Formats: sequence, structure tokens, C-alpha cells
Amino acid sequence: MKSWQRLLAVLRKEVWQLKRDRLTFGMIFGIPIMQIVMFGYAINTDVRHIQTAVVDQANTQLSRNLIADLQASQVIKVKYQRQQVADIEYLMKRGKVKIGVFIPEDFGRRIQDNNRPSAQLLVDGSDPIILAAAQQLTALKLQPHTKPLPRQAKLFEVKNYYNPERRSAVNVVPGLIGVILTMTMMMFTAVSLVRERERGNLELLINTPISSMELMIGKVLPYIAIGFIQVTLVLVLGSLLFDVPIAGSLINVYIISLVFVAANLTLGLLFSTLAKSQFQAMQMTFFIMLPSILLSGFMFPFDGMPKAAQWIAEVLPLTHFVRLIRGVMLRAASIPELFPELGILILFTLIMLVLSVLRFHKHLD
Amino acid sequence: MASKGAISCQQLSKYFGDLAAVSQLDLNIPRETIYGFLGPNGSGKSTTIRMLCGLLLPTSGEAQVLGLHIPSQAELLKTKIGYMTQKFSLYDDLSVAENLRFMAQVYNLSPREQKQQLDKAMSVYRLGDLKNRFVGTMSGGQKQRLALAAATLHKPELLFLDEPTSAVDPQTRRDFWESLFDLVADGVTILVSTHYMDEAERCHGLAILDHGVKVADGSPPQLMEDIDAWVVKVEADEISRVRRHLSTLDNVISVTQLGMHLRVLLDKTISQPAVYVQQQCAPLNININASQIEASLEDVFVMATRASHPAGMAA
Ligand SMILES: Nc1ncnc2c1ncn2[C@@H]1O[C@H](COP(=O)(O)OP(=O)(O)OP(=O)(O)O)[C@@H](O)[C@H]1O
Ligand SMILES: [Mg+2]
Repeated sequence: MKSWQRLLAVLRKEVWQLKRDRLTFGMIFGIPIMQIVMFGYAINTDVRHIQTAVVDQANTQLSRNLIADLQASQVIKVKYQRQQVADIEYLMKRGKVKIGVFIPEDFGRRIQDNNRPSAQLLVDGSDPIILAAAQQLTALKLQPHTKPLPRQAKLFEVKNYYNPERRSAVNVVPGLIGVILTMTMMMFTAVSLVRERERGNLELLINTPISSMELMIGKVLPYIAIGFIQVTLVLVLGSLLFDVPIAGSLINVYIISLVFVAANLTLGLLFSTLAKSQFQAMQMTFFIMLPSILLSGFMFPFDGMPKAAQWIAEVLPLTHFVRLIRGVMLRAASIPELFPELGILILFTLIMLVLSVLRFHKHLD
Repeated sequence: MASKGAISCQQLSKYFGDLAAVSQLDLNIPRETIYGFLGPNGSGKSTTIRMLCGLLLPTSGEAQVLGLHIPSQAELLKTKIGYMTQKFSLYDDLSVAENLRFMAQVYNLSPREQKQQLDKAMSVYRLGDLKNRFVGTMSGGQKQRLALAAATLHKPELLFLDEPTSAVDPQTRRDFWESLFDLVADGVTILVSTHYMDEAERCHGLAILDHGVKVADGSPPQLMEDIDAWVVKVEADEISRVRRHLSTLDNVISVTQLGMHLRVLLDKTISQPAVYVQQQCAPLNININASQIEASLEDVFVMATRASHPAGMAA
């Protein structure tokens, strides 16, 4: 009872302070909006004139029409005409082209065949934007310049080099929720205790009957609400800007976000007990930010990483969150299916909380 | 209850690395008194207060505060003490009322007590008009009034005040001390550190600290009476020349110039101090007038801390 009162006192105080902290308040809304718009532009960039090599082994009226149509779309620009597929691969490896168009000798026959694609697009998939553009090209219908075609199977088969995972905007936005939450949540709590120390409030605070646990939880709780605001913001913007669908239930999205927010807040809190200054605390959060973004599977496919990197990634909360949120938003996974990953995040949160409480002493030495 | 002391400590020491911030301190502070710590910068006043609050762990030695063993029972002590830190430590980005409410809640005051104590604090410490002001925008004296209000909200039995009046004008200081005596009348014990002689003189008991060592203690009148020096007031023309001359003498402990006269502390072994000064100044061929006077607390302070402030440097 008394403990609750003290916890609530801390919570209320944090909210009062938060309300007046314009910078933090700006960050709550600014970072999600900025991030999603930034990524939005990257994803929506109208890619034009991608350097392309063409191997037209058919060399018929039809195949030349196809190439003309592709050029007319302005997505590609044919730089090289070659004879062999190997030439395309060579050029791609050298970085001279990003896309190769391969039209086989039997193009005329294939186009009548319902079961086989007629031609191949060879794509340097290491750049997701190129990959997305190539996907657009496959939607292209061959204009019946001469005679109507009995259309059927795909005109193109996309052969994706270097990035078998085929990510797209839909894949990025769920992970982006995680990146945004990592950025903001960890920072909020990382500076919170050090700030009290720097401003001299701590000496007064530790002389009161408040316990370490009450203080820690009182500091974490208000930010969980803020995490929810951010999740909502990203979801709304994501669906407005990119039509990102939520295949699973919205409640599940919030449940896993809640756990992930708590994991980041408690990690930040631990930094706050370790750091000597707000600057140090910030450095610590950056120390986690970068590997989180690079190794979590948000940027690069997890399976493609070396074993050591995968091990590091397993320790980062974002890795688990990316799996969870993609599971819910893209594959409509249910909570029981997600439980192992969710369990890891809960365990992580508890460990961080306990470590913070142990690290934080109510004296000054 | 009142018969047992509020604070006692034995051989309390605190080292920061090699530096002895406090060494082998013994204290006995009775309840319902104001006890003062007087000492130059870095003499260990704040460190001692922090140890007695349980905020710093002593390197050696122990203390009993309100009957509780420190450091082991420090948590139990928290609700019974109030601590006003040397550096202002309430929240600049909260208003006066919010700060007080936060403190009241952290100390588990019931809603009724909260209201009662807040109203009382507002009137006693004249904070009513400042109620909704952000603390960051208030003056030093206003902040110190607020800090004292916050430290007394939960009706502590024992108050630690670390240089509570360092930033306030003389009038506010007088009011402040009046409120301290009111608190003592209500049964509170107060331990206060200060650099002001007039404040030190108002304490019931006093300890003078220097380099972490207690170099003198007792009641102010007692300390002044027991001073181990003569005090001679010297008036003369060319007062600076006289000062420079006296400073070189072995039996002169310190010379302080106060406007147009000097205050000279002399070794107690001299039998006729006023005559001694006259004689010593004879070679200067200056007309001087020396007379023996009562010691002040400042003289006591100079005597007690002279080890670190060589003669002639005290001014
Ligand atoms: N946390 C610390 N780490 C290292 N040294 C410290 C620490 N706190 C205090 N000291 C040192 O201990 C000595 C005593 O400091 P303390 O703050 O107790 O002095 P004080 O009497 O309160 O001085 P002031 O009148 O300036 O407030 C000083 O030399 C100070 O530098
Ligand atoms: Mg001090």
C-alpha cells in the first residue's frame, strides 16, 4: 500500500516533468514521423533508368518489342547488348548493371506455353529498391503489336541474385516499429537516473524512504504509455503511406510491442545506473542501436549473416521483436506460436530490471 | 526519549582514496538542540552529514542516530530525518506545489496530512504566492525556503541542514533561524553546517572541523571563554605598517585588519598582552593604542584552524 503510493508519486512526477520537456515530447512524435517518412521516400523512390544489360538470343520481332516496352517504362536503360547470360553475370558482379534481361532462343514458343515463364529478369537484389522495381516490371504485359497473345503464365521469371529474402516495404515497416521504439525508449530511461544525478536531485531522492524497485518501476511505467502512442503512430502512418497490412490481430501487435517496449526501457535503465553522465548514457544507447539495426534482420536477412553475428543478434531485443512483429503483421501468427520469442523478451526485461535494481544503491559512493 | 542523545558517533572516518575527508570523529548531540558544524571549505562537513544520513558508508567507525545503528539501519532512519542538501536538490522543472506534493507522497503522508502539511508549509515559509512558480525561476533565498519546507513536511525528528543560508540575504537569514528555533521548540533536533559566525554563535553546541578533524567543540560562550590566546585591539596611524610588523613576530598568532584597527591574537604565555604590543611597536615610532578585549567566535575559529592557515594569513 505504502509502496504503491511511493511508486505512484514517482510516476506522477515523471509525467509532470515529461509534459514540460519539449525536446523529449518532440522526440516522441518526431522520431516516428521522421523515420517513417524517410523510409517512405526510400521505398517509394521512383526508380528510373536502372543500368541494364540485355541478352536477346531470340532476336525476333516479338523479343525486340518486349525490350522496347521495357525501355518505354523508363525503369530500365539498356546499356549493354550481349550474347551470353554469363556476360550479364559478369557485368553485374562488376557493378556495371543492376538488372539483366535474358530472352531465350525459344522465346516465341515459350510465350505460348502456360507453364513456363517466357523470359528472365536477373536482378542484383542486394539493393531492395532495385528488387522492388524489378518486381514492378514483372507486372508488365507484352503489348500485342502483331497478333493477340493467349496470355497465361508470367511473362518474366525474376531471378534474384544476392537477396533471396525479397524484402519490400511491407517487410520494412513492421521492423521499423522496432527500430523507432529502440531509438526512443532506450534513450528515455538511459538518461533518466543520470539526469537526476547530474542535476543533484538524486541526493534528495535517496534520502527518502523510496526503494530502488519503486523508483525503477515508477520511472518505466509512464514510458510504456508513450511506447503505445508511438506504435499506433507508426501503424497508422504505415497503413496510410504504404498500405502495410496487418494480417494478424491488432491486439497481438500491441502485446508484443508492450513486451518489447519494456525490454528497451529496462535496458536503458541499466545504462542509467552504469553511466556517469547523460553523455555516457547516450553513448551506451548508440552502442546498442547500431548492431540492433544492422544485425536484427531489419536491414539484412538474418540467415545470411555469419554465425558470430547471429549469436550477437540473439542477445539484442530487436532481433526477437522483428521476428515477432513480422510474424504477427505478415503471417498472422498467434500468441502461442510466438511464445518462445516472447518468452525471451520477457526474460530479458526481468533480467535488466533486476540488474538495474542491484546496480542502483541508495548511497553516494 | 528526550533524555537520550539524538546523534552519537565514535571514531567515524571517511576516506576518498588517500584523502581523509573525515577522520576519527566523535560526536554527542543532545535532542532538541541546534548543533552547528563550522569549518573551512573541504573540512568534511557535508561528508559527515551524509554519513549520518546513511548516504555515504563510513570507512570505519559507526554512529547511532535516533537510536538506530548507522550504516546498518539507515533505511529505517529515512522517515525520521529530513535533509536539506548543500546544493539545491528539488526539481527545477516542477512548481513549488508539485515539488512539495511529490515529497509528501514519497513520505507516505495521507491525503489529509498532505493538505494540512502543505498549507502549513506555504504559510510558515511564505511560499503561498509562489505556489505555482516553476522552481527553476526562483531566487536563491526562495529556493532555500522551499528546500527547508520540503525537508520538514513529514515532521522529522531530526533535521540535517547543509549550509542552508548560503544564498540568502541577512533579513531572510534571520527569519530562517527563527523558524529553526520554532522547530526546536516543537521537539526537533537540528544539525546545521555554516560558514557564518553569527549563525554558529546561535547554536547550542558547535564543532569546528578542519581537514576532517574536529579541532574544537562546545557551546559558543564556552569556546570563547576557553580560547587559548589573548585578543588585543590596536589602533594607530599607518595601520598597515603596524600590521606588517606585528605579523612577523613569533608570539603573534594572527593579525586581522578591520577598517582602521587591528585585531591581534597573542600567545597566552605572554603576561601583559596590551603592554607587549606597545613595546613591540616602539621601534616603529608610531603612536599606537592597544587594549585587551573579549574573544569572539571568529577568534576561536582562527585559533582552531590556524594549523592550515599560518599566522598573518587569517584575514
Ligand atoms: N565523492 C567524493 N569523492 C572524492 N572526494 C570527495 C568526495 N566528496 C568529498 N570529497 C572530498 O572530501 C573533502 C571534504 O569534503 P566536504 O564536501 O565534506 O567538505 P565541506 O566541509 O562540506 O566543504 P564546503 O564548505 O566547501 O561545502 C574535500 O576535500 C572533498 O574534496
Ligand atoms: Mg559542504
